[in-house]
Amino acid sequence: MSAPLLEAKGLNLAFGAVRALDDVAIDIHPGEVVAIVGESGSGKSSLLRVLAGQMRPDAGTVLYRDPAGTAHPVHGMGEAALRRLMRTDWGFVHQNARDGLRMGVSAGGNVGERLMAIGARHYGGIREEATEWLKRVEIDPARIDHLPRTFSGGMQQRLQIARTLVTRPRLVFMDEPTGGLDVSVQARLLDLIRALVADLGIAVLLVTHDIAAARLLAHRILVMRRGQVVEHGLTDRVLDDPQHPYTQLLVASVLAA
Amino acid sequence: MSHEPGSPFGGYNFAYLDENTKRMIRRALLKAVAIPGHQVPFGAREMPLPYGWGTGGIQVTAAILGPRDVLKVIDQGADDTTNAVSIRRFFSRVAGVRGTTRTAEATIIQTRHRIPETPLTEAQTLVYQVPMPEPLFRLEPRLAETRRMHALADYGLMHVKLYEDIARHGHVSTAYSYPVMVGGRYLMSPSPIPAFDNPKMHRMPALQLFGAGREKKIYAVPPYTEVRSLDFEDHPFRPHRADGCCALCGSTTSYLDEVLTDDRGGRMFVCSDTDYCEERQEAAATAAPASTTPAPETEGVA
Repeated sequence: MSAPLLEAKGLNLAFGAVRALDDVAIDIHPGEVVAIVGESGSGKSSLLRVLAGQMRPDAGTVLYRDPAGTAHPVHGMGEAALRRLMRTDWGFVHQNARDGLRMGVSAGGNVGERLMAIGARHYGGIREEATEWLKRVEIDPARIDHLPRTFSGGMQQRLQIARTLVTRPRLVFMDEPTGGLDVSVQARLLDLIRALVADLGIAVLLVTHDIAAARLLAHRILVMRRGQVVEHGLTDRVLDDPQHPYTQLLVASVLAA
Repeated sequence: MSHEPGSPFGGYNFAYLDENTKRMIRRALLKAVAIPGHQVPFGAREMPLPYGWGTGGIQVTAAILGPRDVLKVIDQGADDTTNAVSIRRFFSRVAGVRGTTRTAEATIIQTRHRIPETPLTEAQTLVYQVPMPEPLFRLEPRLAETRRMHALADYGLMHVKLYEDIARHGHVSTAYSYPVMVGGRYLMSPSPIPAFDNPKMHRMPALQLFGAGREKKIYAVPPYTEVRSLDFEDHPFRPHRADGCCALCGSTTSYLDEVLTDDRGGRMFVCSDTDYCEERQEAAATAAPASTTPAPETEGVA
């Protein structure tokens, strides 16, 4: 297997007496979907923020390997480099589409923003690309000039995904991308994400408390509890044969449909 | 110093502001010139005119004014509007400098909303009155965030605005305060001059200084600096001008104001730059003194 895209070791983070991360290590390889599951307050969102460079850990390192194969420490590269990374090689899909979209800007402008941020200056080209991406995420291209606030929740989330993937990032962080959507919309969204990720060969770090979503999307799973990774392995292995008592509880508490 | 009563400047220091304040503004100006297009904060003072009337411009003018300077003040291109007349009179009282309406004669030109039609020279300085120095303020409400965007040259958002304009109106609808890139680095608001004037800023021989009194910011464009209006490759920047010629001087190239002449839909276009218009009228009058004399009585030579 090739060298990991993102490599974190010995991450520690405390909020006062609460240990949000306790000696956490994680690797993500190119094209791989890794899910972090756990209950609320287990430290999974903190881990995502630390890995994405939005929060500095008390101890530990996060290395990102660029396309040329050089490893960069995420927390030592400076804000300018991190921002550039965030709009080229990386993407972030928020749980709430409103956090990831510009609600006062049309759907086309939302998709085009990342293109313009990296220097696209041809209006026709940007519009063509935006139309293409709206089709890919199953939004009617006729709505390209509509504001996202006129879209349904599921459409907003799909628009956010289009906006993130338009620059073909190598690594996408997803924070509960299906949260707050009804079950049928969730299922369609998961199908869409799975198809796009497989198609584009993107590595995804997915944070979720939804075991079913993790099973559908992820190649590997990390189970977190109280800031520690209590179990990790291939998705099927972890979910079908959980070793740690907490994982067993987590898997057992999923309602069978 | 000239603080004692009976001094030539009515008890005020030369050019109204005290020397320490002027020094502070000059330091901000030097920094602004050193980093073209970058907004430098300064301690704007209360001035004897309301915010929005040119408190920033008047402080910059006061800081750079010398006794031998010749001052021209224009408001929307006109030398004879209230704002222009009172600022010119203010400086003739507190600094004793000569005022002028002739663009070519002036060494300092304080302006609101226009750049004179007559090309400026290296010997002149153009001082803009700026209401809102931040070009991103309608797009990003947090000033801390806009400062970070300037620091990182992260200007994709400004193009999103232009994209939205084209998507909605078929063209960029921004007709004034059209954003520019200065020296290929800083995004800058040219103050509310019409987009028509933007090309004049590019490689202008005169020094351009911008003062925003309420927002307490100063920025500058040094002589011969590259100033580019933002655009798309397939929607290039086009300066807009009313389609017509000046009813007084016949100019077909100057920026025009539309003037209503009665309440029955009568209207005419005249040059917004009054000095340029008058000079052209005078030149026309001297070139053809009494050759055909087409009713000189009604012409109204002014």
